[in-house]
Amino acid sequence: MADAKAAGTETTRRGALAWLLGAWGLFGGACAVGAGAMGRFLFPNVSFDPPQTFKAGYTSDFEVGKVDERFKAKYGVWIVRNDEEIYVLSTTCTHLGCQPNYLEAEAKIKCPCHGSGFKPTGINFEGPAPRPLERFRIVLAEDGQILVDKTKKFQYELGQWDQPEAFLKV
Amino acid sequence: MGFLRDLVNAIFTGPTLGPVLIFTISVGGVLALLRWYRVLTRPKVAGAALVAAVVAFALSLGDHNFRLIVAKPDNVPIVMLFFLVGFFTWLALRQAALNDERIEQGKPPREAEESEKSLTWPDLVYIEFLSTVFVTAALLLWSILLKAPLEPPSNPTETPNPSKAPWYFLGLQEMLVYYDPWMAGVVLPSMIIVGLIAVPFIDPNSKGSGYYTLKERKFSIGMFLFGFVSLWCTMIILGTFLRGPNWNFFGPFQRWDPHLLFPLVNVDLSEYVWVHWLGVGKPNSILLREMPGFLAVIAYVVLVPPLFAKRLIPVDIAAKIRGSGLPKALGEVLAAPFAAKAFFAEMYQRLGFVRYNVLMLLVLSMMSLPIKMVLRWTINLKYIVSIPEYFFNI
Ligand code: FES
Repeated sequence: MADAKAAGTETTRRGALAWLLGAWGLFGGACAVGAGAMGRFLFPNVSFDPPQTFKAGYTSDFEVGKVDERFKAKYGVWIVRNDEEIYVLSTTCTHLGCQPNYLEAEAKIKCPCHGSGFKPTGINFEGPAPRPLERFRIVLAEDGQILVDKTKKFQYELGQWDQPEAFLKV
Repeated sequence: MGFLRDLVNAIFTGPTLGPVLIFTISVGGVLALLRWYRVLTRPKVAGAALVAAVVAFALSLGDHNFRLIVAKPDNVPIVMLFFLVGFFTWLALRQAALNDERIEQGKPPREAEESEKSLTWPDLVYIEFLSTVFVTAALLLWSILLKAPLEPPSNPTETPNPSKAPWYFLGLQEMLVYYDPWMAGVVLPSMIIVGLIAVPFIDPNSKGSGYYTLKERKFSIGMFLFGFVSLWCTMIILGTFLRGPNWNFFGPFQRWDPHLLFPLVNVDLSEYVWVHWLGVGKPNSILLREMPGFLAVIAYVVLVPPLFAKRLIPVDIAAKIRGSGLPKALGEVLAAPFAAKAFFAEMYQRLGFVRYNVLMLLVLSMMSLPIKMVLRWTINLKYIVSIPEYFFNI
């Protein structure tokens, strides 16, 4: 009986291993291609994110004692001017990253997610936020406009708010 | 009616009185249930409570602001949760009360008299089939009656105020108000899951298997009711019905005015100790600055378990107080902490070192939540240990 069977249809040990290797190779290859495509996906050809560095107009555009909300929607910053300086506040809550609202009448920044409150200086004073809002680098460009650079941030709890470029003297 | 409404609003607006009151009611309710469950679960008593709840709810529905919150499609499940949790708690405790009475008379629990065998066909399949039909019908009706609209595309610059998680996460969101994200979002939730998995390995009590009883498992059932009803469900209800714009507490009949001002300043423990009590200003060294917090946390985690495990004084203080001729209710209240301590000492004997300490770790982490909540509501304490420099806050 055994002799009658064609040699080719018999599963040998070697043959099974070859099959196994081939199948796993194919599977591994497919996974690798998938992972590659996934990786490529993380680096899009065109980015619609607003640039990290932008010009925000002249110092005279900002009123003393006001929290300027014009750049919140596009760049995620408030630009605040007080008697002596202008600084750029991040609009990302330091608790879990919601976007707080500036309440003009109460002169405070209040987060709708867990109730953290910040002074217009960025100092946290109520709710769970453990540290003040971050500030971004601000300098004067050659043409006299304000240049905001979000790639560099200044954190109060690390004592960075006094550093040059954390604020603009006016 | 108007007077009552104003009174309720006045109590529940603001950061202190409302939450403290609700929490007291829910903890007190669970304690009262554990103590007087035989009376409280009698159909007449429980029925009266249900009628009272329904009437109060129906009367409140007349109020526009209340209706706005309660009838919101997202919140309907929470109204159901309120009644369903109540119903099932009653159901279990009622059966436990009946069984406990029988056990006291030396009879077996009611379940022992039912036959152990039941048939898959037709009994189980029949029930399953009917449930499928009913649940499908209910879901269909629900989806027709309550809207779940597609809202405009998300806009990262416009955060709804208040921003609420789906209802089943509102307890977690409420936890995030009191603890740093790594605690409230990672440590405590994992503790809940791991702790629930660990229960069968901690609990050597073989009683209550296959039948309802409270008397034979008072501690386990009490712990569960506290964690689930007094903490989890209460926080969901707090988060849904009382948290308004800017995540402030609003009264249930109050208009959600985003400009209502709640003066509130949260203070870290280090500030309390160094600035307010010692009057010296915070030290520069982080370690020294946070020393009070570290000591408090270490004392809580390391000292409490052994302190509860040992019998320090060889006298039964609880019995002494109860027998001292004080009015009965007062005596009970005064004796309770000593009785609890004696209970834990006895538990240590029963469980042994390892299981006792695992249990205590779980109990203490569960208790850390209400402790922190009450501290926040009453003395505005923000963090016990606060090291924003290294993103570490407790
Ligand atoms: S994200 Fe702002 S308070 Fe939690």
